[in-house]
Amino acid sequence: MSNQKLYQYLLLLGDNSLILGHRLSELCGHGPSLETDIALTNMSLDLYGQVRSYFQYAAKIKGDNSTEDSVAFLRTEREYHNSILVEQENKDFAHVIVRQFFFDVYHNLLLDKLKSSKDEIIAAIAHKSIKESDYHLRFSSQWVRRLGGGTVISHEKTQAAVTHLYPFIHELVSPIPIEKEMQELGIGINPDDLRDEYFNQVQEVLNEVNLEYAELKERFARGKTGIHTEQLGYILGELQYMQRAYPNMQW
Amino acid sequence: MSPEIKLEDAFQARIDDEQKIEPKDWMPEKYRKTHIRQISQHAHSEIVGMLPEGNWITRAPSLRRKVGLLAKVQDEAGHGLYLYSAAETLGISRDELFDQLHTGKAKYSSIFNYPTLSWADIGAIGWLVDGAAIINQVMLTRTSYGPYARAMVRICKEESFHQRQGYEIMLTLCQGTPEQKAMAQDALNRFWWPSLMMFGPRDAESPNTEQSVKWKIKRKTNDELRQQFIDITAPQAEYLGITIPDPDLKWNEERGHYDFGEINWDEFWQVVKGNGPCNKERLQARVDAWENGAWVREAAVAYGNKKEKESIKVKTA
Repeated sequence: MSNQKLYQYLLLLGDNSLILGHRLSELCGHGPSLETDIALTNMSLDLYGQVRSYFQYAAKIKGDNSTEDSVAFLRTEREYHNSILVEQENKDFAHVIVRQFFFDVYHNLLLDKLKSSKDEIIAAIAHKSIKESDYHLRFSSQWVRRLGGGTVISHEKTQAAVTHLYPFIHELVSPIPIEKEMQELGIGINPDDLRDEYFNQVQEVLNEVNLEYAELKERFARGKTGIHTEQLGYILGELQYMQRAYPNMQW
Repeated sequence: MSPEIKLEDAFQARIDDEQKIEPKDWMPEKYRKTHIRQISQHAHSEIVGMLPEGNWITRAPSLRRKVGLLAKVQDEAGHGLYLYSAAETLGISRDELFDQLHTGKAKYSSIFNYPTLSWADIGAIGWLVDGAAIINQVMLTRTSYGPYARAMVRICKEESFHQRQGYEIMLTLCQGTPEQKAMAQDALNRFWWPSLMMFGPRDAESPNTEQSVKWKIKRKTNDELRQQFIDITAPQAEYLGITIPDPDLKWNEERGHYDFGEINWDEFWQVVKGNGPCNKERLQARVDAWENGAWVREAAVAYGNKKEKESIKVKTA
């Protein structure tokens, strides 16, 4: 296997955490209560911790004086491989929670399998991260229940978020070639193997509080191959601002 | 002697004896009100203070700095939580306290009404603003009201970490490129005077000081604390190699302290009265977060009530 492929796979793993971490960090100081504010910031911190582990490893593989920061900040838009779901904006708290829930179910299933990766570093990152993703999933699924089963207004808002975001989740469990190759090598996971369990878990919670979802109405979503929505450019505009405006400096 | 006066004498005797006052103890109404005012003002400062620093989270220059800043701002939220809880022990609810903030009845530290315009401002805030806050807060760990003093012990530990983190950001900038050093100097220029103002008006114009000292809420006056801050900070600026924007600042051998120039008290009062550069934006951000979050809080309560009813049904069935 070429290092280039492993590098690509690490980006695929790390970019979801990077971009979702960014979205959550935008909310810091603006949450509906101090407790939720602290919890969302915590999740953002966990995700950035994972990003650093993946990208330190990626930088080492890439060589050429790469660092976790050059990997995180100095790629062009088409070189980011996060799923479309995680770049969706923080329209309201319902969107934040539903986006988180849809990701957490996937993330937890993925990390559980990655614990057995033949790549020791990926396996170690998965072991550490699953404790975090497990907490994230408990938090987000409980909030889907609260919002979906709370008041008429909260149900409506959560339904709107589900309707908007559900079509993006197919991308999470639809494999791209690198994922298939990595699975064959025992390093990565073909997310198609997570599909049934993923939809079971998601639908169980949605059904519990009568949130409706369209059956398999897939949206065009190719974030994993680097084709994003227009939102990613603005995220990168902020994320990369300092590194682009003041290149080659220590911070 | 009336029973009220006897109680007050006994209360003062306990304070003079360095005993802590606890929530269920008798206390003069004014002592209670002063504490609600001061603790809530402190809590509000923590959560409004999240905004200027939060402004740079998405643009932090490295992953390490981003994580450090996120964790710091999250700590401020945690401090807000302890402090609101401490205020609640005096018989007021968090919702009432928020209402006082949102309607402008309660104040918060004016320093947060200044904008953060560059990454160096994050360093300057940690170094100067947290540095000034610590001087005040270390004193408060020995304040007479127990819950407040205990909250302060924990807060001080975290604040001192924040202060070092801020100074380290400044040090990195000052050892960096000329552009980075200029950024650090500019941040110092903008945050120096507002940091001195954090200690409040001069003693002669501080109506609350005398009573607060008697009740051991405060153990040092505004001017004493301000002097202490300047004496600590001036050599730190020198070590960084940047210049404090005060031509009158110089060591006075005879006093054993730094002399310093006149603070612009007109600016101080303007910002206190709501006319600072960001007063409206900061308050609006808090009001928006609260109002946009109303349906979420209502949903949580409604869901909790439903679950409680269900569990009662199960138990009685």
